Order: sequence, then structure tokens, then C-alpha cells
Amino acid sequence: MITDPVRVRIVRHAALVVGCTVVMVPIYMAFVASTLELAQIFERPMPLFPGRQFIRNYVQALVVGGRGLGGARAIGALTMVQNSMILAVGITVSKIVISLFSSFGIVFFRFPGRSVVFWLVLVTLMLPVEVRIVPTYQLVSDLRLLNSFAGLIMPLAVSATATFLFRQYFMTIPDEIVEAAKVDGAGPMRFFTSILLPMSRTPIATLVVIQFVYGWNQYLWPLIATTDRRFWTLMLGLSRMLATADHQADWHIVMAITIIAMIPPVALVLSMQKQFVKGLTESDK
Amino acid sequence: MVGKRVIFGNRRLPYLLVAPEVVLVLVFFIFPAAQALLQSVFREDAFGASRVFVGFENFRRVLSDPRYVRSIWTTIGFALAVAGSTMTIALFLSAVANNVGKRATAYKTIIISPYAVAPLVAGILWFFLFSPAVGVVAYGLRGFGVQWNHAIVPLHAFSLVVIAASWQRIAYNFLFYLGGMQSVPDSLVESAAIDGAGPKLRFWQIVFPLLSPTTFFLLIMNFIYTFFETFPIIHQLTQGGPSNATATMVFRIYRDGFRGLDFGGSAAQSVLLMGFVIAVVALQFRFVERKVVY
Amino acid sequence: MRHGIVGIVSVTAAVIIAVLVLSGFGAQEAAQADGRIEIEMWIGLGGELGERIEQMAGDFNSLQDRFLVSVVEQGDYEQAMTSAIAAFRAGNAPHIIQIFEVGTGTFMGSREAIVPVHELMAQHGTPLNPDDFLSQVTAYYSTLDGEMLSFPFNSSTPIFYFNVDAFRAAGLDPANPPRTWPEVAEAARVLVATGNHSAGFTFQWPSWTQVENFSAWHNAPLGTRANGMLGWDAELVLNDALRVRHLQALVDWQNEGLFQYGGRGGAAGPLFTSGDVPMYIASSAAYAGIARTAGFEFSAGFLPYWPDVAGAPQNSIIGGGSLWVMAGHTDEEYEGIAMFFDYLSSPEVQADWHQFTGYLPITYAAWELSRAQGFYDRVPIHNTAIEQITLNVPTENSRGLRFGMFPQVRNVILDGMEAALTGEMTPQQALDEAVVRGNAILREFERTVR
Repeated sequence: MITDPVRVRIVRHAALVVGCTVVMVPIYMAFVASTLELAQIFERPMPLFPGRQFIRNYVQALVVGGRGLGGARAIGALTMVQNSMILAVGITVSKIVISLFSSFGIVFFRFPGRSVVFWLVLVTLMLPVEVRIVPTYQLVSDLRLLNSFAGLIMPLAVSATATFLFRQYFMTIPDEIVEAAKVDGAGPMRFFTSILLPMSRTPIATLVVIQFVYGWNQYLWPLIATTDRRFWTLMLGLSRMLATADHQADWHIVMAITIIAMIPPVALVLSMQKQFVKGLTESDK
Repeated sequence: MVGKRVIFGNRRLPYLLVAPEVVLVLVFFIFPAAQALLQSVFREDAFGASRVFVGFENFRRVLSDPRYVRSIWTTIGFALAVAGSTMTIALFLSAVANNVGKRATAYKTIIISPYAVAPLVAGILWFFLFSPAVGVVAYGLRGFGVQWNHAIVPLHAFSLVVIAASWQRIAYNFLFYLGGMQSVPDSLVESAAIDGAGPKLRFWQIVFPLLSPTTFFLLIMNFIYTFFETFPIIHQLTQGGPSNATATMVFRIYRDGFRGLDFGGSAAQSVLLMGFVIAVVALQFRFVERKVVY
Repeated sequence: MRHGIVGIVSVTAAVIIAVLVLSGFGAQEAAQADGRIEIEMWIGLGGELGERIEQMAGDFNSLQDRFLVSVVEQGDYEQAMTSAIAAFRAGNAPHIIQIFEVGTGTFMGSREAIVPVHELMAQHGTPLNPDDFLSQVTAYYSTLDGEMLSFPFNSSTPIFYFNVDAFRAAGLDPANPPRTWPEVAEAARVLVATGNHSAGFTFQWPSWTQVENFSAWHNAPLGTRANGMLGWDAELVLNDALRVRHLQALVDWQNEGLFQYGGRGGAAGPLFTSGDVPMYIASSAAYAGIARTAGFEFSAGFLPYWPDVAGAPQNSIIGGGSLWVMAGHTDEEYEGIAMFFDYLSSPEVQADWHQFTGYLPITYAAWELSRAQGFYDRVPIHNTAIEQITLNVPTENSRGLRFGMFPQVRNVILDGMEAALTGEMTPQQALDEAVVRGNAILREFERTVR
């Protein structure tokens, strides 16, 4: 263990404190705003410490919603949390299941067209949804899947990241294990379920985090693929609340929903921090 | 393509295994991309009633628009600014965090958390701080004689998008740098310390060179991030303005196609962007095959 | 092997089924409520305005039991227009769609996509009498013969709001607000010098307020062919000395700290409502939102003009939205739409909508009713807006605008304004370029409608 001078160590902590403060300031101010009355937010300068409206604002945000989320039939953040959850879980599960199968196929079998499959998956990296947005909208609309979770999820259900990560991971599995399984008379699917899957816990955990965050944070696609507010996700609700034509945004409710929208993905990342970091960085080597 | 030496011999099973992925790729990726290609050589009215083949006219129109060419430079400018700032800060923070021992966990947790924050939310958070009307930071800056107004000052708008994107992106870079540093053998660093090398020297002479694969990988990933994932930030903060100072290629595809209803021009831009991304991904893929994957 | 195939198929199927089950079959179910015929209306307004529209639809639904109007909010105007067009292309257009005024040209040019309102009413409801309507409002959406193409649902016009408290504090007379641009600049100087204001004035919808309405107000053409009303071959002419001078003045005032640009669309609003910027040119429909947020007394007057321009002030033009009826639905559904429009144009409903939102009344009857109810004594601002659009008999420069793809042209104008305000170009260069780019879009549109 190296011991550096005290001065150096103090500087290090100071630097980290500054870094962490910068990271936290925007979140803190959003939290402060979410506990104020709307008029207080427009004071100049805005109060720098939390106000007294915490419970009122959050109850309103969760249950009633706010300006921009519709009047009598408005949806609260609870509905949007539910929708975001369905979207995020749907995307995560589809991507991981589909990628597990296909990378298993690519790595452990030889078949004509194997490299075509590989290249097809690679191509998806080059075609993010933003690039194919207009024709994709047309297609999903033709399939009558606008305003449905199927329509929201399917165009996003393929993941080159997941396929490549699994492929990479499968390649490192020693041949002896496969040999042993074959000698024991295990068929490929038996090998897949009882050996490969349990061994792949780390990359799966990593991908759960990555893809959940990806799905939770989707913006452009839900923005155009859903018009019915019963399918609105948190991101969509936020953008609708801020799209003000002839009215003012309800900043206090917007900020409460912003805080609510941060909690699930941040909690997931932090609770799975260890596996996540391990999966990300060790697969590099 | 490389594969395993030991394999299973089934004939039909592998096709079944890859079928779900292949079908989805064909339906939701290849088909729409082909549609975009096709659309780029037609001129169509908004309602799709008339459709005229125009050859490369849409491309000519797009490429002769100085504002389109500018959006290419804006995109590259963003990519460089975001990659540069996030990588510098993340490298610094991870180098420091890597050296403070066990107590670093709290710091790490805080620094990592914006990874999970949506770009849109990052945009909202920073908009709220810098809004000339309600923003605390904008108000504070006025005390220093700076009239912050990202609605009309291009530099302010550009900086605000870079700040919001970088704030969100530092976490990702931090994770990879930290992971990279933790895999540097302690013995190497310790022997340098015994030779009398201070913390700075140890970092630049031993740790940093070993991180170069990570650095290259992050550079590419940050580029791709800025190309696509900054869309919500721009959409929320600046709408591409002022005077197109923050209109990236992706933002223009959305604005011209989905908002402006110029389907041919937008499709031509999509095709050009595909070319652009293919170049970047090709670069990355060579790297992937050199065994440094994400 | 067999086990394996079953495994893959069942897992994949399970995922897909789970996704489909979670997905919205509910959307279709809710539509057929108690056997009524559903009429879907997409709107581009949110907030209390959107809520009010839903309430009106709800009232209509409870008045009869054959039709069910359901309102779908589509974000903002641009989003609503885009979604409607995309839905039309995909063959599932809504029945009614609210389109902002600059989309008029695009929709008019696509006769196969729409049913003109005068035809709809003549065939399926009560024929419209153009004399019942305020021509300054309906002209924007009518043929030159006065036949209404869309239903002028929510129209507003920009007016000049000012912060009465700030005026008093600066020693300015709120009863006598600035009427001309030099007076606005002078008032701004006083306000900035005496109060804690980061600028004297700002405006929303920059092209609408400072170019489109500015032109009508000064009786200057935005384009040839009566601003496009006479044909799709119109060309923009907004780069003459008058428009260049105004843009130059804005640049100078910005540099002097009198004017602060607040961004496109309605983004400038909070600058005024926070009390920071005390003068604000904005839609008359912004009234409700301002009244709700502003912690100060405010009032409004006519738009400022340049006193040396002959013919100014003329009359301002409208903005906002109108309801278009999409083609491809059944006669029975059109009957329901006509019934709904009848309901919307009844004096009581119109007066209520006008008084609640600040949108202009579209019929003389609703205007009269509001006057009789004493509305303008209570809120004189709303009379200001009506007086302003009816100030003079409209000329061909102030009837309205009808250019194809005008949303894009408007973006080009905004690009030009911003290029001048950021100092990238001189006002002359910026407007010249806007004219060239705008005309290219108009020619492109002309080719597609041919």
C-alpha cells in the first residue's frame, strides 16, 4: 500500500467533494422546486431550501397529474410510472431473451448463414430508431400497433449490445465444459438451460441494468408512437407538461415528477452497482 | 468470423435460435431503412397523394443547404466537446477516487447515479437552472454581469447542451475508467512508488498508457452517444436554435421530416447519417475484433 | 432436441404474448362506449385550454345520445399536424383535427384529404351563413368567395401586455401605455433604468408577432398574390425597407439592453410572468395563463407601430387553430361532426369559450352576448383584441396568409430573425436569405399540389 502525503490526500477528497456537489446540485434544486408553491418558483431568486408543499405536490403529481396531462381524465404519475415500468421491463426481457438465444446459436453452432446473422445484428447498431423514425412510424401504424405496448416495444426489442456481450462472454467459456456436457449426453438446450444460463449471471445482470435504463429513458419513439395518454410514460408526460403554447408550465409538479422519474432507474443502478460494474468492465478484457 | 472449436451438430436448432432476432431485425430495421433509401429519391406531398421520382435531387438540395452542412459540423463539435469534457473530468475523478481507498464508495455512488438519469430529465434539470426567467444559475450569473440567454446567444445554447449532456455522461466514463484502473496491477504502481515516483508521475507514466484501449473505446461510445442520445436534451433545451447553433444531424432529420413534413429531404438526411454512422461503427468494429468490447 | 425447440418457441411466444396482452387492446374497447358512433378529435392545445375543450365535448356528449366526441391531446400544434398527416397516410385519420393557422395552406392544398366545412354543413347540417361570422376571423380559413374551409375554433391575435405595477414604480402612466415603437423603446429605457429588469420588452411567437402581424399592422404584404390567397405561385416579399428597419431596430434595442429575445413559440412567457421583463407582445389567448401566474397587476393595449408608415395601424391578423374535417369517413359520422360544429358555434358556447380562454368570438352573436353579459367591462383586454382585428376593413395585406408548407417557411423566417439577432448576418442579409429559402419551399409545394 502506498501512502501519499496528507496534503495530496486532502486535495483528493476536496476534488471528489467538488465533483459530487456539481453532480448533486441540479437534482437538489429540482427537489427544492418540487416542495414549493408555483409562485415561489417564480420569485427571484428562487428559494434555495425546501418548502412546505412536499406532501401536497407529490400527492398531486402521483394521483392527479398537472397541467398538460389532460383535464378531467388526467393521468397522474402513478399511471405513468406503471407505463414506464411496462416499457422498460418489456424491452429488457425481450432484448435479453432474444439475444441469449441468438448468441447461443451463433457461438455454439456452425450453420450456413451464420455470418449473415452476425452482420445483420451489427447493422442494427448503425440504424438507431432516430434514423429510421419516419418509416418505422409508418410500419407500426400499418400494423395497427400505434398506442399499444407491443408497438412501443417491438421496434426496440433487438439489441446488438446484448448479442455482442453474450457472444463475447460465450466465447470465453472453456471448450472442456462443452465437451463434458456432451460426454454426459446433454443436448444443446439442456446445456443452455442448466450450464450456460447459470454461468451467464454476470452479463445478464449487467444487461438488465443497461437495458432497463435504456427502456425507462426512451423518449423520441414513445413521443410519436403514442397519442393516447393511457400509454404515456414519464418521459412523455414530462415533455407534454413542458410543451406550453398559451399556458404556463406547472413547474412544481414537473419537478416532483422529474424526481419520481429518477428514482427507479437510479435505485436499480445503485443496488446492482457491483455486478453491473463487474460485468461492464471485466468483459473488456 | 471466429467461433468455438467445440460445437453442437444440430441442423435446424440454430436457425430457430436466431430466428426471433433475425425476424425483428428484418422487419423493424432493414425494412424501414430500405424505405428511407427509397423515399430519398422521391418527392412527395405531405399527405402522400403524389409521389414523383426525382433521382438525387433531394440529396443535392440537402447538401447544397449551408445549414445542413453546418449541422454536420455542429454534430462533430458536440461530439468533441462532450467526449473531451466528460473524459477529462471522468479520468480525473476516477484517478482520484481510485486512490482514496475504502471511503471512496460514497463518492462513487454519487458520481455514478446520473448514469441512470434520462437525457430528457438531464435537459429539464439544467434548463431549470439556466432559464433566464426562473433559473437560479442564470440569476446568479447576472450578478457577475453575464446576461445568460440561451434562446439567442449561440455560445450559451451550445454550452448548455454540452453541460447537460456531459453531466449525464460523466458517470459512464467514470465507470469504465475506474474499472480500467482497478485492473492495473498494484505491483507495477507500487514499484514505481518505491522508485520515488509521485502520484502524478505514476499516473501519467504507468496508469494512463494502460488505459489507452479504454480511452479509445470511450471516445467512440461518446461519439455515438452525442449523435443520438442528445436528441432529447436538444429537443427540450434549445429546439436546435438559436439560428441552428444546436441543430445536430439527428435533430434535423426529426425537424425536417416529422415537423416540416419534407419526407424526401429527411430521408436523404437519414441516408447520409447512416453513412456517417457506418464509418464510425466500422472503426469501432475493428476495435471490437481486437477484443475490447463493451 | 425436441425439448429444446419447444423451449425456444414457448419462451419467445410467452414474451410476445405477454407484450401483446399488456398492450392496448383497451384503446379500441373504450372507443365503442354504449353503441354510440365515435368521433375522434385531435387537438394541439394542452393545459386549461385542452381541458376546456374536453369539457365542451363532454357537454355535447351528454346533450345527445347518438355520437360520442372523444378528444385526444397531441402535445402542441406542430405535433398534432404531423400526427394527423401521418395517420392519414397510414389510413386511420381522426375525424376532426385542430390545425394551427399556418397549416391552412398545406391542408387547403390537399383537397383529397379534407372535407371543406361549408360542404359538410350544407350536406349534413345547417348551412353556414358567412354573415354571421366575424369576417376578420373567418377570412383566414375561407375561399375568396367566403366559403369556409375549416371551422375557426380558436383564434387569437397578438396584443401588447404590460406590467402595471412596474409602470407605476417607474413613474410611467399605465392608463397611457406606449402606442408606437419609439414610445416602447423610450418606456423600456425608463423601466430598465429605474427597476430591476433585465430588459424592457420581449415577445412570444417571434415570426407571428414581429413579421406576420407586423406586416398586416403596417399594411405591408408578406408575399405576393394577396399573401397567397390568389394562388400557390405567390412569392415572399418580406425583405423590404420596412421589415429590415424593424429587425434592425430589434437588434439595436437588444444591444442596448431594452429587448430580450425569449425563444421560439411561447418560450418567452415566464420572462413576463416572473416580473422580470415588464412589456410583452403575446397572444390574446395567453391572458388566462398570465392571470394565473403573474403576481402583479397587468393590462394590455394595441400593438405598437411605426408612426411614419402610411396606413399603420391597419388591423392585426389572427393565429391559433381551426378544426379541419378529414376525408374518408361515413355519412353518419359526418352528420355527427356537423351537429358538433353547430353546437360549438351556438352563441352561448362561443361566448363561454371566448370569455374563458381569451380566444376571439367567431360569431357576431357571441360578441353581442358577451357585451350584454358585461364581460368587456370586467376584462377590457378582450375587447382590445377584437377592436384591434376589426380596426379597419382588411386589405389584401391584412386578410390572412395562405402559403403552402408555411410551418417550414415560418422556421425559415425564424432562422433569419435569429441570424440577425445573434449578429451572424445583417438584418438585410438575413431577410434576403429567408426570402430565397422560403420561396424555394413554396416552389417545392407548388410542384406537389400541381
